[in-house]
Amino acid sequence: MSLTDQLLAQNTVQLDSKIPAGAMADKWNTYKSDMKLVNPNNKRKFKVIVVGTGLAGASAAATLAELGYQVDAFTFHDSARRAHSIAAQGGINGAKNYKGDGDSIHRLFYDTVKGGDFRAREANVHRLAENSVDIIDQMVAQGVPFAREYGGLLDNRSFGGAQVSRTFYARGQTGQQLLLGAYQQFSRQVGLGGIRLFNRSELIDIVVVDGRAAGIVVRDLVTGELTSHSAHAVVLATGGYGNAFFLSTNAMACNVTAAWRAHRKGALFANPCYTQIHPTCIPQSDDSQSKLTLMSESLRNDGRVWVPTNPDETRPAHEIPESERDYYLERLYPSFGNLAPRDISSRAAKRAVDKGLGVGPKKNGVYLDFSDAINRLGREVVEERYGNLFEMYERIAGENPYDTPMRIYPASHYTMGGLWVDYELMTNIPGLYAAGEANFSDHGANRLGASALMQGLSDGYFVLPYTIGNYLAPMLNKPMPGTDHPEFKAAEAAAKERFAGYLAIGGTKSPDFFHRELGKIIWDYCGMERTEQGLEKALSEIPALYEEFKKDLRVTGDSESMNQTLEKAGRVDDFFQLGMLMCKDALDRKESCGGHFRAEYQTDDGEALRDDDNYCHVSAWQWGGDPMKPVLNVEKLDFEEVHLATRSYK
Amino acid sequence: MSNTIKNITLKIWRQAGPAAKGYFETHNIPEITDEASFLEMLDILNDRLVTEGKEAVVFDHDCREGICGTCSLMIDGQAHGPQRGTATCQLHMRKFKDGDSITIEPWRASAFPLIKDLMVDRSAFDRIIESGGYITAETGGAPDANLIPIAKPIADAAMDSAECIGCGACVAACPNGAANLFTAAKVAHLNRLPQGQAERYSRVETMVETMDEHFGSCTNHGECEAACPKEISIDVIALMHKDYRKAKFANRKDLARS
Amino acid sequence: MAQVVTSHRGPVTGTANRAKKRRPFLIDLYSTAVGKKYVMAVTGIAMMGFVLFHMIGNLKMYAGASDLDHYAHFLQTLLYPLAPKGWVLWILRGGLITMLFLHLHAAWSLTRLNREARPVKYQSARDYQIANFASRTMRWSGIIVLSFIVWHLLDLTFGVVNSEVGNMVAYEGDTEKVKAVYVSVIASFERTPVALFYVVANILLGIHLFHGAWSIFQSLGWNNPRFNKWRRAFATGFAAVVVIGNVSFPVAVMAGVIS
Repeated sequence: MSLTDQLLAQNTVQLDSKIPAGAMADKWNTYKSDMKLVNPNNKRKFKVIVVGTGLAGASAAATLAELGYQVDAFTFHDSARRAHSIAAQGGINGAKNYKGDGDSIHRLFYDTVKGGDFRAREANVHRLAENSVDIIDQMVAQGVPFAREYGGLLDNRSFGGAQVSRTFYARGQTGQQLLLGAYQQFSRQVGLGGIRLFNRSELIDIVVVDGRAAGIVVRDLVTGELTSHSAHAVVLATGGYGNAFFLSTNAMACNVTAAWRAHRKGALFANPCYTQIHPTCIPQSDDSQSKLTLMSESLRNDGRVWVPTNPDETRPAHEIPESERDYYLERLYPSFGNLAPRDISSRAAKRAVDKGLGVGPKKNGVYLDFSDAINRLGREVVEERYGNLFEMYERIAGENPYDTPMRIYPASHYTMGGLWVDYELMTNIPGLYAAGEANFSDHGANRLGASALMQGLSDGYFVLPYTIGNYLAPMLNKPMPGTDHPEFKAAEAAAKERFAGYLAIGGTKSPDFFHRELGKIIWDYCGMERTEQGLEKALSEIPALYEEFKKDLRVTGDSESMNQTLEKAGRVDDFFQLGMLMCKDALDRKESCGGHFRAEYQTDDGEALRDDDNYCHVSAWQWGGDPMKPVLNVEKLDFEEVHLATRSYK
Repeated sequence: MSNTIKNITLKIWRQAGPAAKGYFETHNIPEITDEASFLEMLDILNDRLVTEGKEAVVFDHDCREGICGTCSLMIDGQAHGPQRGTATCQLHMRKFKDGDSITIEPWRASAFPLIKDLMVDRSAFDRIIESGGYITAETGGAPDANLIPIAKPIADAAMDSAECIGCGACVAACPNGAANLFTAAKVAHLNRLPQGQAERYSRVETMVETMDEHFGSCTNHGECEAACPKEISIDVIALMHKDYRKAKFANRKDLARS
Repeated sequence: MAQVVTSHRGPVTGTANRAKKRRPFLIDLYSTAVGKKYVMAVTGIAMMGFVLFHMIGNLKMYAGASDLDHYAHFLQTLLYPLAPKGWVLWILRGGLITMLFLHLHAAWSLTRLNREARPVKYQSARDYQIANFASRTMRWSGIIVLSFIVWHLLDLTFGVVNSEVGNMVAYEGDTEKVKAVYVSVIASFERTPVALFYVVANILLGIHLFHGAWSIFQSLGWNNPRFNKWRRAFATGFAAVVVIGNVSFPVAVMAGVIS
């Protein structure tokens, strides 16, 4: 009996993935034909709360409002246009086959499952690939200015992990243009009265009444006021938890609070150890650094990655002769070369730097060199393709990438793990949905480039609007618990107490201090490479630091006005608890797959070694009352369409 | 790459709330490296203030990649500081000299009421978008993306104006507190595209009229263009004025557009 | 115009669901700042036309007293006998006064709007990048030019402050006497303070035109990247021509070129 089956027998929660029957390509259509519908006139009787206004949240809120549901949308930003989806640079995949290079829905599906190292749920991924086609149509209709060819048709480029060109892009600002498209559609509904927008309002707790999601408690960041909001369904589109590492490419405010509070209320947290380390970020230059900046993966279309062969190399890059350079990605992965998937490229960079071959003043990067591309294509073409990225690099690093190669190094970028959801994107709490990066569903153990935008929009535009109706239909005219229900009052009181608690500690160290220290531990032991020993060390250090946090935290100001230090304290608190779960999960998964690389489990040439007999499952953790005592549940992954194989990009 | 250490004096606007009296507070940052960003310098200051038991300086910021548009700040009399085409979050200390004194103020406009310290409320921008800054394309009915070819120069020009990050620097820099560059950037983005033609004239009318409720008027100073972190050209303002004129004068039934 | 002082809390919804106020066409247009800027631009163009032709007409001064005085007479008798003497000139003057009034009203209301748009000024010094002296002093150059116009009318049109205005002279071959404009101009400019005021006011007019003549293109949306670089050249050239022409008159009188 495999470990998966043993664990399955011990599940404490019934995990029904609700995958429709039938052939893989028919499942989503079957679902849509069979689902329950809400009459257009009855839709306005239902209220849906959407938390977060990134790609998934804004698109879901807009579409639900268009259908006629009453939507209350919450964002902790000042505007619905700020979410970190906006920072995605490279592009969005769509299986349009506009290039006639053999792309198809099946191929995108296959690439995504393989890219995720066979740890994603097949049916969800297939639906994502199907929806990718509609997303491109929808976004073009909304006026997203995707790059065009001279004939006026849409241009595509290729991305890591794919051998076809299927990535649509808008310069290096695809995420911005897609988010603004969704934001505009969202704003139209705010203008028309379909959406009530609550800005600068942060989710503090989820309220569950009689086993169903009944609403949320939010904190008005301007006034500090805590208020309850009830609804028939709650959608969390609150992003990922990459900021657990402190230094990441995430925005400063990105946090796990919404997902974590749902987890504490009973929602299972799946695969927290699946975190993506993006290979092309600007290396850390300074100890005071607050975040790392991504350089789009698209740069790898024309840039060549290399390190000097001599660890004592001191010459500037252009003086190092070809014979003393190691273009290691091209050498190790000849068929994908510089476009090898992210986890693979990241680890290769880490190996090079660990061998002492790093470049730059801190010897903490590898070169991404455009001189060949500039010679081949001319500077103008390179500027047209990557001009804004080059400028950004120059602003940050103070070096001109047209003359000296960029220096890059991997950094935490995206988290594949998240709230466990079924095929309908509903968590195990009925009525509570998770969309976009906040859920775990589509990317397995590693996400391919240009797939995050696709997933956020697929969830928001083309999945939730259907599946929520299926949940709401039977609830027509049934009473809904109001905000005067004791559960709401209790949640409000607990939240009030929590924030008063941070203010009352009166210690000596700021929330940022603890976040930075916590991040260091997680990065060192639960980052690009994990070991049993390291993870155990982390699991002793994090609780110790957490104890210090609870005793020595200092938050100044009050809770009745804008107080960013207090906001941060709440978020760091949740990162501590999540950090423990990440390490637990990483320790528990005794295999290497995608972004989860355990040094003990690798092939002779250092690649990830999966254990499909024992770990072909989703680890979905249940809150056990103490962050160090989570309860494991598993969902077995069955592969009908794609055959489990060793992932090779050679 | 140098790692010069600089000594910087900051004069920062502090104001406890919209109704409170504001004042400049002076702080010294004795050691800051060239590699630090401007906001990282403020992080260091805030960390020090909290450790000393004082309230941290409130300021808006998020992505720190120059794209989300959350950061603001009037730095030495310039919106987003002295570097052209750069948002505050991407401004690095290598742009300043050792011993510099830097004055930081919030953005000031009646449409951007102050919340606290350096943070203002820019919701008026959202009101403009809500009034017409979109293409009505409800989910589900879109035709194939390649059905309507768009000439590359048009797509590129639309993208140039679509790059606006909605930070409000144009309003902050404008001697009149006008939002014409922000509004026109969105009008120019959507009105240039074939998909945007159906609502071309109603869009510009409602957006201009909503803009008018909140902001000052454009007298063609050109400060907005200089402050814009995306360097959006004031050509888009001329385009908006042209479309507004057409919206008011042309026979819409002949234009077959609303 | 917004009077928002503190930021609004609570949900935002239905912001676009407002009954649209329908007003008569021109009032509707004039109700927005963009519409007022059209009025500024259109009236500006009309007044630029006047200023240019006024200057060109006055160049007749260099051709001698007879030419200038006959030019004045020609203006007085435009379209005569189709229209009674002086009527067409008064209609044109009426048009100009209307233009001036609209220009002033738009300027006044836009100024008020702009002041309200930033009730709390920046507390530290601004460091302007593009806005130039001309663009930032339109209000003041405009007010000074306006006061100059008033003085100018009192001086040379109505003669309130110039005793020579109203004198009539007869030239050879004339059947009737014409106004002695030439003499009154010289009488006016021989007073040094008056001449200086003319010079200063005209330089300010030039500064006003330097920004105004460029601004017209933006306000009316006349924008074409192919020709945009000529907009600045046009405004500079126009302002220079008007200033050089106008300033030459008092200078010529003072220098004794014209006497």
